[in-house]
Amino acid sequence: MFGSLDWSTLQQLWWLIVAVVGSLFVFLTFVQGGQTLILTLPGTEDEKTLMVNSLGRKWELTFTTLVLFGGAFYASFPLFYASSFGGAYWVWIAILFTFIIQAVSYEYRKKPNNFLGKKTYEVFMFVNGSVGILLIGAAIGTFFTGSNFTLNEYNLVKWTHPLRGLEAAFSLFNLSFGLFLVFLARTLGALYLANNLAHESLVARLKNSSFNNLLCALPFLLYVLISLVLMDGYAVNPADGTVTMEANKYLNNLLQMPLNLILLLAGLVLVVLGVVINRFTASVRGIWPSGLGTVLTCLAVFFLAGYNNTSFYPSKVDLGSSLTIYNASSSHYTLTAMSYVALLVPFVLAYITWVWRQMDSKKLTVEELAADKKSY
Amino acid sequence: MIEQIDLTMVNWARATFALTAMYHWIFVPLTLGLSFLCAFFESIYVRTGNEQWKSLTKFWMTLFGINFAIGVATGIILEFEFGTNWSNYSWMVGDIFGAPLAIEGILAFFLEATFFAVMFFGWNRVSKKFHLFSTWMVAVGSNLSALWILVANGWMQNPIGMKFNPDLARFEMQDFWGLISSPVAISHFVHATSSGFLLASLFVVGISSWYLLKKRHIQFAKRSIAVACVFGLFSSLFVAYTGDEHAFITARTQPMKLAAMEALYDGKTPSGLVAVGLVNADKKPGDDQDAFSFKVEIPGMLSLLAKRSFTGFVPGINDLVFGNAEENLIGVEEKIRRGKLAVAGLGDYKAAKSAGEQLAASNALSLFDQHRDYLGYGYLESAEQAVPPVSTVFYSFRIMVGLGVFFILLFLVYIYLLEKQQLEDKPTILKLGVISLFLGYVAQQAGWVVTEVGRQPWAIQDMLPVTIARSNLDSGTVAVTFFLFLALFTALLIAELRIMTKQISIGPEGD
Repeated sequence: MFGSLDWSTLQQLWWLIVAVVGSLFVFLTFVQGGQTLILTLPGTEDEKTLMVNSLGRKWELTFTTLVLFGGAFYASFPLFYASSFGGAYWVWIAILFTFIIQAVSYEYRKKPNNFLGKKTYEVFMFVNGSVGILLIGAAIGTFFTGSNFTLNEYNLVKWTHPLRGLEAAFSLFNLSFGLFLVFLARTLGALYLANNLAHESLVARLKNSSFNNLLCALPFLLYVLISLVLMDGYAVNPADGTVTMEANKYLNNLLQMPLNLILLLAGLVLVVLGVVINRFTASVRGIWPSGLGTVLTCLAVFFLAGYNNTSFYPSKVDLGSSLTIYNASSSHYTLTAMSYVALLVPFVLAYITWVWRQMDSKKLTVEELAADKKSY
Repeated sequence: MIEQIDLTMVNWARATFALTAMYHWIFVPLTLGLSFLCAFFESIYVRTGNEQWKSLTKFWMTLFGINFAIGVATGIILEFEFGTNWSNYSWMVGDIFGAPLAIEGILAFFLEATFFAVMFFGWNRVSKKFHLFSTWMVAVGSNLSALWILVANGWMQNPIGMKFNPDLARFEMQDFWGLISSPVAISHFVHATSSGFLLASLFVVGISSWYLLKKRHIQFAKRSIAVACVFGLFSSLFVAYTGDEHAFITARTQPMKLAAMEALYDGKTPSGLVAVGLVNADKKPGDDQDAFSFKVEIPGMLSLLAKRSFTGFVPGINDLVFGNAEENLIGVEEKIRRGKLAVAGLGDYKAAKSAGEQLAASNALSLFDQHRDYLGYGYLESAEQAVPPVSTVFYSFRIMVGLGVFFILLFLVYIYLLEKQQLEDKPTILKLGVISLFLGYVAQQAGWVVTEVGRQPWAIQDMLPVTIARSNLDSGTVAVTFFLFLALFTALLIAELRIMTKQISIGPEGD
């Protein structure tokens, strides 16, 4: 089935798969967003416990999706994996650090004799939700602003900036992208928690919080969107693969891929709709339209970066070293084999959804947690 | 290919990877085995309806959860370290190596992550049977994740099913099924996972023995020991069987590693197995010194283990470094010579191609093709570089095997005493059980030292040395990361141990 597809079709298919995994990851960062709320939003210890436990039932899904995102990129676009991780060293090490400290925080936070103290683990969660997401946003921003690397004739990377990737956070565009993701994650976190908890006053605050965080996200979103349509972009000549700067490349991409424009606009409208539903009606189900909206928006961003003859990981110091979905990918054989494996993704999504519904059919209460000695 | 090789950086990168992997492997084997033991315990609870088995299950699950969290924390860094510290590797073999990592995520990690939440928080949210199903799924998921990463590691030990693409300067996959059904990968998987079952059994036996020594939770401890000893005995026998098979395969695929495991310099027919020995650390390939200052050897045994025949020839380090015409072995020196021709051919090919000189490119490519099997050797500076640290591998192997045999005996003694209702009256044996918990960890680490140190200097056996596989980083950068990881992992380990010991001292609920 897949073996008969030509290499470029498989490359496009795999960009789609990577985009889907990446977009699901951004939706699932509601966990990280929620983590940044636990230091300020809850009024009592019970409320904090409720929030931590609700997030604690989902943190591994987000974590695993990030790992899969890395694995899928490695398998399908190894030149990106090698160039970005080996080149932008410090930014990735910093991101990974925030996920290492997150991984133990739920389990260890309230356990007796936990060495570092409860507050430290809460700070770990906050750092993961703020610094971690900010840096991921900045790293994604470089898909559009470019990075400082060259590749030699053997495709081996050399980074040309001493900050090894951290310089990405000093670009206003990348920084805005990162801050947008941080506030989006907080918005989603508040929406998720409002839907998952049975606690009237906390839910009311969460509903307000989702609205306020969306307001905070909007200026950064607007800056990113306006910059995107105005900026020059990295265009690929389909005939010979050379990369050149093209004026308003990303605007052109949106106009030349109208479905992608619709995807982007629909996504953003859905994100806002979910927040508005939660803020101005009695419903607490805003997480679903906003979650779907997040996925659609992110898909549009990935498509904007990788499709329509665009370099998705451009080098601003050497255009010839820029990565495209065509020069950075695995071989036809590997992409074919992995495409068969990817057929299992819907099955995986189905059982995750099934278990999620089983576990979340009843809202989480203070009483249930008080009775459960295993609670976080 | 690489203008200047910074050996210090390579060594820091090796140290960082070794540090991460060794920390990770403190937690992983326990996850692999304890997940199944929890599933056994809960199955007994569901079958009998006895609430004491539920309490027992929950206790071991608590320890499982504490261990699992730090296993996840140390695991994520391993995946990404291939990119950060070994980026040349990631490009040169990513076409093959990336696939198992992605499949691991799709097929295994989500099973674990999804059902983990049910296992811990679903007791009152889902039915009893669905909860049990979830516990089994966590066990299956954990072990499936081990399968894929060990397939990847198995391929690093014995690279098969790929071809070098000179245009892109990378190896490309040619045989996916060959990759995942490779005997090395399978033997790696079964040996490592069963050793995890063994460790988890020692863990349960060790902690339960401590309760018996303290005269606490007697019934709970005896029940736990009964299940764990049976599981442990079968696992330890299986570990021995798969270990033997693994060594046999190693003899075929990584003869230098086997020679280092045995500190065997001059191959003989038949070769004896050194049961106990003191390695001469000053011994170098080709010199006249004795390899041992003292040894006890079992005649013919190494030939039997490595060749399945008492008269089989097992090559030594000298045979592999300098060659052995009688046994038709090409030495490393000759392989380096051919490898350098391949490297030169590749360089000339790339240069001619970019200059548009078709004939020169074609000639260079044919030179490369002639010697492509030795490409990795072309990056070695001397034949001695191909020899791993012999003493480390030799002693680690003996520690692993010796402890493995001891664990079989330990489980047999425990089962006998349990059957005779005498276990509580044997404090010496119980103390031995407690100590064995720590010995289990020593054996685990020793096993990986044999596997990974024994593979040096190769990242991919015979194909890609670590000096080429590295990232283009300065040594200071990697050294800083090493100490950051060391501090962080050590802090987290201390936290884990303190929490774990506190939970053990609290004991099971309602017992």
